[in-house]
Amino acid sequence: MSTEANRLPTATLPGGHLDCTGCTHRTDDWKTGPTATFLGLLLFIVYSTAAAFQGEHYMYENYLSPMYSPVVFTQLERTVTTPEGETLKVAIPGAAPVEHAWFGLKPDAWPEWLPFSPAFLILAFPGAFRFTCYYYRKAYYRSFWANPIGCAVGPFRRGLYRGETHLLLFQNLHRYALYFAIVFIGILYYDAYMGFFRHGEFGVGLGSIVLLLNATFLACYTFGCHSFRHLVGGRLNWFSKSPLAHALWKRASFLNERHMFFAWLSLFWVGFTDFFVRATSMGWIPDISTWG
Amino acid sequence: MAERTFEIWRGDRSGGEFKEYTEEVDEGMVVLDMLHRIQARQANDLSIRWNCKAGKCGSCSMEINGMPRLACMTRMNQLPAEGKIKVQPMKTFPLIKDLVTDVSWNYRQNERIRPFKPPAPDSDGKYRFQQADADRVQEFRKCIECFLCQNTCHVLRDHRKQEHFVGPRFMIRVASLEMHPLDTDDRIPDLKNEFGSGWCNITRCCTEVCPESINITDNGIIPMKERVVDRYYDPVARILRAITGGGKKLPTA
Ligand code: SF4
Ligand code: SF4
Ligand code: FES
Ligand code: FES
Repeated sequence: MSTEANRLPTATLPGGHLDCTGCTHRTDDWKTGPTATFLGLLLFIVYSTAAAFQGEHYMYENYLSPMYSPVVFTQLERTVTTPEGETLKVAIPGAAPVEHAWFGLKPDAWPEWLPFSPAFLILAFPGAFRFTCYYYRKAYYRSFWANPIGCAVGPFRRGLYRGETHLLLFQNLHRYALYFAIVFIGILYYDAYMGFFRHGEFGVGLGSIVLLLNATFLACYTFGCHSFRHLVGGRLNWFSKSPLAHALWKRASFLNERHMFFAWLSLFWVGFTDFFVRATSMGWIPDISTWG
Repeated sequence: MAERTFEIWRGDRSGGEFKEYTEEVDEGMVVLDMLHRIQARQANDLSIRWNCKAGKCGSCSMEINGMPRLACMTRMNQLPAEGKIKVQPMKTFPLIKDLVTDVSWNYRQNERIRPFKPPAPDSDGKYRFQQADADRVQEFRKCIECFLCQNTCHVLRDHRKQEHFVGPRFMIRVASLEMHPLDTDDRIPDLKNEFGSGWCNITRCCTEVCPESINITDNGIIPMKERVVDRYYDPVARILRAITGGGKKLPTA
């Protein structure tokens, strides 16, 4: 993609510059970054989609996968057709019990042909938050859309570029996704808290720690959000007259400087937490805990 | 010391080519030293713009091995030890000759920005604010106007949207005025309608090349985009403003 061989015939400009997608005279390694970003995001999209479609093994005892939290509706059994043509109701393993779901069982009105998973009802919120995040915007504009794929490297489709105007104006509503994300932090900390109580008894298990770290990494990501930083103080010009706003802004700025780090760490950890709960529920890994 | 070969673009808008020059490198030399040595010994007519040799005047911006950089701040031992070193003028601005470009488009953008407008001073004729109020603005004041960010921004460099977008250097100049505690003017409508804040897709190449390490995107452009959101896109903020009769600064456009 980046070789000079594929450049357009008219592509060399005065100054010896190249003018085509992926063309550059850079000799350093500019490809590893966007490639790693592309693969990392793709892997997460594939994993989270697959995990969301499972609809089972998302809860083990007092551990709930963050990809299914909160459980709005649960489903305890599903209909399967045997090879002999019989229809049976079978229990769904690792599903949230009814008392854990905000509104109980999946409504009867849910169409039969439409697949159901508790994850479908909530994933749009964290999804929208990450999709409109200023860091992820940079990441996917660069690695999925090649605009630009690297600095001083020819971007994709010159004629079509309109920045964040026109079709991408919705990115300006990122702060609304943030409001939901803050609510989710509360919910995930509640889940982490519940991770320390099994059948009412306090204890610690691997899962309790995994869930607690999950909520914490997500909080570090969320409170380093550019919109959060703006809303708590960045919008003001007189910091000295608003010491509380200034203090909040400074803390948000500390996290904001590490926003990319927490974006990746929390993304990885959400996936890992889901995998952990899933694997424990399926018996792939032992349930190490003080509950014995 | 070792010899190194440079491929330097020689020519003007009507055409030109890369020419090779081999020269000895002494310890501690920067690319600008090498260009001067080549100019003195082999190519007296090589055009280079430079002034301070200290990374402070912003004159010697060019592209070295494809990367926009200051020639006076690029040490020879930072470059790969092998191979030829390619030196080109900046891509985004019209070429004058060899490594010199016409950066006057940038000055015209600067003129479009409304100047600092302070209120009346305190009764003793002084202005007062705290360091905390000045910190953010001071970061932007480090700018040496090398225009490397303008050169690298793909909106200007490749998409050629000069008629829509003023570029990162002027986004942070607007930010330095808008965040200034003593400024009373309002540039948010200009930012959106005239300066094209929406054309930046926050991909941060300006920040990557800034020799003054100004966090252009995170500290300047994104906060300005958020202020544009407050004013134009956030429905709740708009309703609140309608009820309360607006904030400190009212839209003028
Ligand atoms: S962040 Fe915006 S201004 Fe900076 S280089 Fe990218 S598109 Fe241009
Ligand atoms: S912001 Fe940085 S890169 Fe841009 S003109 Fe100023 S010093 Fe140069
Ligand atoms: S900017 Fe990344 S979450 Fe808001
Ligand atoms: S000569 Fe002044 S910045 Fe390089």
